[in-house]
Amino acid sequence: MEISSDTFLDNASAALRDTDKAKRRDFIAINAPQIRKAAIDEFEGFDALRKHIKRIRQHSLNNLAHYLEKFEQEAVHNGNHVHFARDGAQLNDIVLDICQRHGAKKVIKGKSMITEETGLNSFLERGNLDVVETDLGEYITQLAGEAPSHIVEPALHKSADEIGALFLDNHKLGDREFQEIENLVDEARSVLREHFLKADVGIIGSNALIAENGYSMLVTNEGNGDLCANLPGVLVICTSIDRVLPRAEDATAMLRLLVRSATGQPQTCYTSFYSGPRRDTDIDGPVETHFVLLDNRRSDMLTSDYREMLECIRCGACLNHCPIYASVGGHAYGSVYQGPMGSVLTPLLTSLEESSALPNACTTCGRCAEVCPADIPLPDLLRDLRQEENDKKLTSSRWRSGLKLHSWLARHPRLYQWITGIVIPAMHIIGGSRGRLSRLPMASGWTSQRDFPAPESRTFMQQYKASLRKNHEQ
Amino acid sequence: MSKPQQKQAPPAPKKRVTLFVTCLADLFRPSVAFACLDLLKEAGCEVVVPAGQTCCGQPAYNSGDREAAIPLAQQVVSLLEPADYVVIPSGSCTGMIAHHYPSLLTGKWRERALEVSAKTYELTVFLQDIVGVPPRSNIAAAQTSVTYHDGCAGLRELGIQDQPRQLLKNLCGVEVDELNQSEVCCGFGGTFCAKMPEISAKMTDDKLENALATGATVLTGGDLGCLMNIAGRARRQGKDLEVRHVAELLADQRSIPAIGEGQ
Repeated sequence: MEISSDTFLDNASAALRDTDKAKRRDFIAINAPQIRKAAIDEFEGFDALRKHIKRIRQHSLNNLAHYLEKFEQEAVHNGNHVHFARDGAQLNDIVLDICQRHGAKKVIKGKSMITEETGLNSFLERGNLDVVETDLGEYITQLAGEAPSHIVEPALHKSADEIGALFLDNHKLGDREFQEIENLVDEARSVLREHFLKADVGIIGSNALIAENGYSMLVTNEGNGDLCANLPGVLVICTSIDRVLPRAEDATAMLRLLVRSATGQPQTCYTSFYSGPRRDTDIDGPVETHFVLLDNRRSDMLTSDYREMLECIRCGACLNHCPIYASVGGHAYGSVYQGPMGSVLTPLLTSLEESSALPNACTTCGRCAEVCPADIPLPDLLRDLRQEENDKKLTSSRWRSGLKLHSWLARHPRLYQWITGIVIPAMHIIGGSRGRLSRLPMASGWTSQRDFPAPESRTFMQQYKASLRKNHEQ
Repeated sequence: MSKPQQKQAPPAPKKRVTLFVTCLADLFRPSVAFACLDLLKEAGCEVVVPAGQTCCGQPAYNSGDREAAIPLAQQVVSLLEPADYVVIPSGSCTGMIAHHYPSLLTGKWRERALEVSAKTYELTVFLQDIVGVPPRSNIAAAQTSVTYHDGCAGLRELGIQDQPRQLLKNLCGVEVDELNQSEVCCGFGGTFCAKMPEISAKMTDDKLENALATGATVLTGGDLGCLMNIAGRARRQGKDLEVRHVAELLADQRSIPAIGEGQ
């Protein structure tokens, strides 16, 4: 997985200066939580179902080998080919090989975070394939040559005007104006239709693999997944090993949480189950179907302290409720996965060394954990990652020694109170009649953006002890 | 149905409260600690202030230095163990002690932390839910308009929301002018605001904008970290907002300059 998370702070800084985009993000940050809340409140069973799904996910992960084997058995029985990919490179090789064996020229894709993770598009393009994303958001970011900025809504960062300009540049359809957003959607639909009809291979993702029958479940709002799955002769479903669930009813139960958490809808427009290739009596459908199941360090996560991250159902609610994601947008994270879930997942899928800023992009406000339908303690996992950074000495030595010194002093109350009894009155004097300090040594991070409220004349402990002495003398 | 008993109940024994003032109040805002003393005494409690208190260890814990946080947590557990009740004027420090110590510490220490956790309360929760302080008599409707910032740890770890509002109403006659986006973080986040100051400042500006939009002249809350952050940013931006800890308002200590204000 390729990332540019090491420049998170610079990316964030640039994003904050882009005031138009910042305003759009503010608007979304206020509205998305309201939409979700309305759906959850109306549903009522959220907490009970969340507990139920958690148990199922834990059970599935506790027995992952068993359920993967069962899934493979059933899927093969249905006529599918099942491949396991150790890492992204292996997944890309497997998919390219399938395409080449069929002499494919054009590949159409439904939305798939796994193929974003492996960088499949550019790999296939280097293999001389024409790759077209067909989810509208993914299509827009593909035209713009950008990465998705949100795991559920890839083009969330784009305004209608920007999308219009992209279409004018890329679709050679003469002079025209886009009065309404519907005009943009209509144009994308007609352009994409040609791609659908000419494609040799369709690639889609999966929201759940069902072990008991070997099916894959996919939800979309655009129906593009079904066209990718049914029109080309060859279908490839790319997903990761942690998507497997024991029963069909587990997948549909999860769906009730997933969709409400993601978009606030009770259900997506399209919920599809893919069983395998066309049978003799079927009038359409692909003639050959493949599953490519990616590991990419997930089996390592399974035995680590971060195992709960594998329970994530990719709804994007934590992004929609994170004030830091709202402030800087998805691209600042420099990763396929953004926001709280991305800040946990990115270091685990790559390395902490490359992404050490991400676990720090958190105020531990806890809003993400509160809304997470999978009940993942994201702030705790981020704190655990900061612990690892500290242990690996990836944080600045000044920070580390400063915190060590503070904790050491706090463990020596007499010395602590003696020192603060000198420093605090001095700060009070420097604050003077303004009652604040504009600069403070060792706290330049704080004072770069805000004044430091000056302390009152003396510490509480000084004053309190003095009052006790006075009472004692009287 | 039998008649209620007419016999006067014996006066309840005074609650013995140990006040953990927090390092921020100790160092930067002693008024908050003195206000707590007044409020607890007014509520009929006997208050003890252990001399050996410093910091609960949150900075090290949240920065990923458990090695430094653990002995500090053990020190605080030992310090608070003798208490009947522990009261803390901060949601985040209460969350640290009541919620995070038991997972930070192990073995015997964990059991001891759980015992301390069970008797540790944030100030407004203690006054409203445990003591049940009665409304003050003869309070006039407040002349100033007040808005309230819910600190994240208090709100989500401890479920504090109604208690400070009820107290402001019952003790000061204040009806809070509610903030839009009240459940969103103010950008403090402990060391976060120093590590990522630009992002933090954007979040604080949003909070300030929402606070000023209420038309309130005073912003209060239960966490000094948030309040120092909000006041510090307001001063830097030249925004006019009186920022005070809720204990100061409840104890009617508005004669002292507000946070970050001069004489």
